[in-house]
Amino acid sequence: MNGVAPRLALSGVTKRFPGVVANRDVAFEVQPGEIHALLGENGAGKSTLVKIIYGVLAADEGEVLWDGAPVRIANPKAARRLGIGMVFQHFSLFDALTVLENIALGMDEAMGRAELSARVDEILETYHLPLDPMREVHTLSVGERQRIEIVRSLIRTPKLLIMDEPTSVLTPQEVERLFEILRQLASEGCSILYISHKLHEIQALCERATILRGGEVVAECDPKIETAKSMAELMIGADLKEVERRAGNEAGEARMTVRGLSLPGEPPFGVDLDEVSLTVRAGEILGIAGVAGNGQNELLAALSGESLAAKAAMIRIDGTDAGRLGPGARRRLGLAAVPEERNGHGAVPEFSLADNAVLTARHRLGLVAAGFVKFAEARAYTERVIRDFSVRTTGPGASAGSLSGGNLQKFIMGREILQAPSVLVVSQPTWGVDAGAAAQIHQALVDLAAGGAAIVVISQDLDELLSLADNLAVINEGRLSAIRPVAETSIEEIGLLMGGVHGEVVEAQGDAR
Amino acid sequence: MTPEITIAILMTVVGASTPILLAALGELVVEKSGVLNLGLEGMMLIGAVAAFAVAATTGSAWLGALVAMLAGAAAALIFGVLTLTLTANQVATGLALTIFGVGVSSLVGAPFVGMTVEGLGTLFPESLADDAWGRILFGHNPLAYVSLLAVVLVVWFLNRSRAGLILRAVGESDEAAHSIGYSVIGVRYLAVLFGGAMAGLAGSCYSLVLTPLWADQLTAGRGWIALALVVFASWRPWRLFLGAYLFGGVMTLELHAKAAGLSLLEPEFLAMLPYLATIAVLTIISLRRSGARAGAPACLAKPFRASA
Repeated sequence: MNGVAPRLALSGVTKRFPGVVANRDVAFEVQPGEIHALLGENGAGKSTLVKIIYGVLAADEGEVLWDGAPVRIANPKAARRLGIGMVFQHFSLFDALTVLENIALGMDEAMGRAELSARVDEILETYHLPLDPMREVHTLSVGERQRIEIVRSLIRTPKLLIMDEPTSVLTPQEVERLFEILRQLASEGCSILYISHKLHEIQALCERATILRGGEVVAECDPKIETAKSMAELMIGADLKEVERRAGNEAGEARMTVRGLSLPGEPPFGVDLDEVSLTVRAGEILGIAGVAGNGQNELLAALSGESLAAKAAMIRIDGTDAGRLGPGARRRLGLAAVPEERNGHGAVPEFSLADNAVLTARHRLGLVAAGFVKFAEARAYTERVIRDFSVRTTGPGASAGSLSGGNLQKFIMGREILQAPSVLVVSQPTWGVDAGAAAQIHQALVDLAAGGAAIVVISQDLDELLSLADNLAVINEGRLSAIRPVAETSIEEIGLLMGGVHGEVVEAQGDAR
Repeated sequence: MTPEITIAILMTVVGASTPILLAALGELVVEKSGVLNLGLEGMMLIGAVAAFAVAATTGSAWLGALVAMLAGAAAALIFGVLTLTLTANQVATGLALTIFGVGVSSLVGAPFVGMTVEGLGTLFPESLADDAWGRILFGHNPLAYVSLLAVVLVVWFLNRSRAGLILRAVGESDEAAHSIGYSVIGVRYLAVLFGGAMAGLAGSCYSLVLTPLWADQLTAGRGWIALALVVFASWRPWRLFLGAYLFGGVMTLELHAKAAGLSLLEPEFLAMLPYLATIAVLTIISLRRSGARAGAPACLAKPFRASA
């Protein structure tokens, strides 16, 4: 082209797995100093592609050019030697070790403690990264943990840095901080390959975007020119359906109230719930935002009945004290819960879908009589869930573990929603679910609320909460902020609360009735 | 109490503590890598009988100690193949290894029952140990010095060396270690073999030092005490050292109470004390909030299967 070879150029890259083609004839280029977005839905083949670039997987066909010369990247070590750094979505960190030890473990060749320490300090200085090298990882926020991964990559002065879904767990302020670092890196000539499905972030950060769908490149565009909607439609290959909201929202009577709920977390790394108070009314969707690991799991367990409150009156469901009732008794009162972890918590992977349906629906639907399971009814109910929520499976006899993440989530959501609960508590309803299925789940939640149920949605996805919830609270280090109407809340405020800058401690708004 | 008796007590405490310290140190390293080998008692018995058989047939106690280490490591290798390569349940495999060790030691030891061997003796010449301090400093069996050196080496290895850091990382998060590019299984094999060799050496302590006379089940359950000690010490080598000497002290109570003519408590009760203390310690530690898991490697006893 203009004399300077692209930093990275792929052509004709194809990767097949048994039964699927993950990448077909993929070609794109990343220039030196360019921030390039790789955009696509879950399952579009982004992860496979970056694994090929980083040497984790080998392509079946195709060519990779590095600074104009063909290369074969056999393993991550070879990739790092070329100057490719990668920050994975799931961090490879060791909770009980210090930041410095974690960085040392990420090095290919041993470096003296003093030398490494000096080098780390230098990088922290250059990029204005606040991070204490002597802290143990489990005491750090997710944003700080990500910085460890970034330092690990920067220590080798990379020429290409791959960021895989880096912002999914960050507060808006942390995202802004990350973008500044990435821009600084790019200005120094480091190319950045930025993988995400969050369109506004890509518009804010990236100069060029390659869009993948079904393993193929469907478009290359300038995200600053395209609209978020047009990119989303390229990404999913269809028109995007907006969630239909009922107009106006008159709050009904309180269906669940929580007052001063405190619970010690499970050691060693559990979070203590501290004086949590909330009220959720008929027809209301209450969103609970927060960075992962701030007490969301503990809150869900406390609401579902897996952990019992100290006093019965701390949790009231439809006027009944439920704080000391277990999950089964609370389900009989009309509460249903969907935990974040699908396999092993929301469903038993080895059990059939019908058996999994019996596990939570037996109370409200009477699927067990005199100690015997009513298999025909259970099967019929499971079939209804599969049909109404378009779960892709072979039938009620399929094991839960055989379903893909998104499909299992649809099944679990359907299993709870079709029981017509009066209170539904759900954590991460659309985590790892593709956009089509996510829209379907959102619609089902909105419809359930419209029918008079009270819903609590715990999520790390702010966009989801802003589009779904009527009211919003933020959980941080086990404390819940005051509840506010979504319409009156700005992203900045939420971000500050997520980062732990507390406003005045206010009792949950509104009185209990 | 006369100085004579004080020194005598001290000497027996060191003798009783040495094998449990050796075995527990090995197990600590194994557990730090994320593997729980409950077969300590079995590996110690295999070490004990190997040491005795070699010492009895060749006349060399030192060769016996060396073979004990190899035999312990070989037994650990069986455990490693089952749990690491074939990802069998570690608890069940460890228990099976103990039962196996009891059987093997009985079988191999049968012709030697009642025989005596020339033990390891003392490390330093008698002349150095002719006064009180000389005895305290230089009068112990060679393995006592080995065990103390091992404590220092293990502390240094775990906290100061890169290899030790990798070992702790593997025990902390096998997935993360694997994704960075460390061989989880390889590291664990090395740790398990080390643990086996240390257990074998600990076993040889019973047959070559404490009672240079073969009897069935010579280690008498001390392997279980060593196991509990690792938890007691919250996986820290220095605490392990203190714990081993504490337990060694309790174990020798019985002997000295008898020698001193104390008949306040039945000797059977005193013999039971170390085991009671083990149960008490484990209960107290587990009762403390966050106690039992504090310091425990996060991946302890969790099998690892490498995925792509």
